[in-house]
Amino acid sequence: MALEIIESCVNCWACAPLCPNKAIYEAKPHFLIDADKCTECLGDFADAQCVAICPIEGAILNELGEELNPPGSLTGIPPERWAAVQAEIRAR
Amino acid sequence: MDLPVIESTPQKTGGCSAGSCGSTSDQMGGMSDEIRAKVQDHPCYSEDAHHYFARMHVAVAPACNIQCHYCNRKYDCANESRPGVVSEVLSPDQAVKKTLAVAATIPQMTVLGIAGPGDPLANPERTFETFRQLSVKAPDIKLCVSTNGLSLPDHVEELSRHNIDHVTITINCVDPDVGAKIYPWIFWQNKRIHGREAAEILIQRQQQGLEMLVAKGILVKVNSVLIPGVNDEHLKEVSKIVKAKGAFLHNVMPLIAEAEHGTFYGVMGQRSPNPAELKNLQDACEGDMNMMRHCRQCRADAVGLLGEDRGDEFTMDKIDAMEIDYEAAMKVRAEFRAKATADLEAKRAKAHAPKMPQAQVVQFVPRKEKSALVGRRVLMAVAAKGGLVAVHFGHANEFLVYEASADGAKFVGHRKAEQYCDGDVSCGDGESVLDKTIKALEGCEVVLCSKIGYEPWGNLEAAGIQPNGEHAMEPIEDAVMAVWHEMLAAGKLDAKPSANKVA
Repeated sequence: MALEIIESCVNCWACAPLCPNKAIYEAKPHFLIDADKCTECLGDFADAQCVAICPIEGAILNELGEELNPPGSLTGIPPERWAAVQAEIRAR
Repeated sequence: MDLPVIESTPQKTGGCSAGSCGSTSDQMGGMSDEIRAKVQDHPCYSEDAHHYFARMHVAVAPACNIQCHYCNRKYDCANESRPGVVSEVLSPDQAVKKTLAVAATIPQMTVLGIAGPGDPLANPERTFETFRQLSVKAPDIKLCVSTNGLSLPDHVEELSRHNIDHVTITINCVDPDVGAKIYPWIFWQNKRIHGREAAEILIQRQQQGLEMLVAKGILVKVNSVLIPGVNDEHLKEVSKIVKAKGAFLHNVMPLIAEAEHGTFYGVMGQRSPNPAELKNLQDACEGDMNMMRHCRQCRADAVGLLGEDRGDEFTMDKIDAMEIDYEAAMKVRAEFRAKATADLEAKRAKAHAPKMPQAQVVQFVPRKEKSALVGRRVLMAVAAKGGLVAVHFGHANEFLVYEASADGAKFVGHRKAEQYCDGDVSCGDGESVLDKTIKALEGCEVVLCSKIGYEPWGNLEAAGIQPNGEHAMEPIEDAVMAVWHEMLAAGKLDAKPSANKVA
């Protein structure tokens, strides 16, 4: 079992120092998780540390490819509101 | 939580009563001599120093341990200028190299700050590695740090070991119910914590950090973001409390919220305060606290004098190509600093001189009660450079706002403007940009500039703002007071208060 960082990562460095397994490493274009080292923090912390500090919704996935911080969960912006405002900006 | 409010006590000052200095150094009116000496060459803490001294921020601290509703962690843009935005995150080694290069090119450089783009103390290794190297390689540069406060108590000891005598804490509230509307979550003790509980922890840590810094003799400035309908009234209480605990300066900044910034407040339609609301709140807090009014809300990688950004000259590839004699550069800085300090002191002495007719005027006098003299207060916008009325109206990208009264000219803030006359590029848009500028000057009755074109003159007059180009190259305060006295003599300053004022 292992988590995965995907391209929406903004390279903010917050997760890397927290990883108990040193599984997270700097890479281009974004940080990555070494699947062989990642334990999802089982036995170390109640919550996966990278997931608990990551500020970007959708940037970390579980083994099933599910977003662990889904849209709206971190910013508090309802996804439909986000979509409506983006459409409005594009129409300007 | 128990947050005691102590009645603010009058501070002994160097001879002028708080708020009555009448010069642009007015903001320092309530400071002790010791604090004044510490901040006199810091552009962010001393209003008149910012004409002489420059600062830079190095973006070594990208990680953050909290989320604020006015911040979007995704953004990284060269064309935007606001806190939290940077173009290039640096390693500590790169940051040190950049600082030394800038300090060798801009002798005005006195201060290196780490302000993000995340929280410096959520990146302690990167932040302190930068400070440690700079303390050795550029001991003449002051170091400062700006934090949300969550990790602050853990790092006060280390902060006190470096060449850091100023810390800024962003404190937007002291009430968790208010905090819950500003901070959706914090990362605390290996967990993400949401809502009121998160705000409660954050507030407790901020207040504890403030107390610990003050106990160590480190100067603390408090930044607050004014969010209409969320913490506007509440900030008066914040100001009282942080002053009582020993913060020396309070900087209330207007919320910046646009939908395209992608922040919670921007997307949800939270409005920003208008200039009059900001000024009214700053005025209301001023009886208790030294208020900072010249903050330009700069980027987390800003370089140069406040209000300018020379970051483009110092990208890492350009720095790599520079040849720098560090020893010589430090000598040049020392010489520049000696001259600038002498100039500033002369200017400050001149500004204070006529204000001290009697030898002992040390008691604290609230500003509002003082001006029983004839002539109401008038806001004037000034297109200024280097303390002079020196900028063409159409070339100004900001206006300094002064409040003129029988007490003198008092700097109260600044307004951003787009340059409507920008050569041939944006001329097609000239008119609408002019309209925006006129809107930005709302509440001002006069605009002073070195020159102004025929068309904007007419539009300004039509909007009730009198353009004035007769004081070109004069010191700002002299020009503002000359215009105020002309208005007084012409009978334009009878009791009628101007429309934008509350008090």
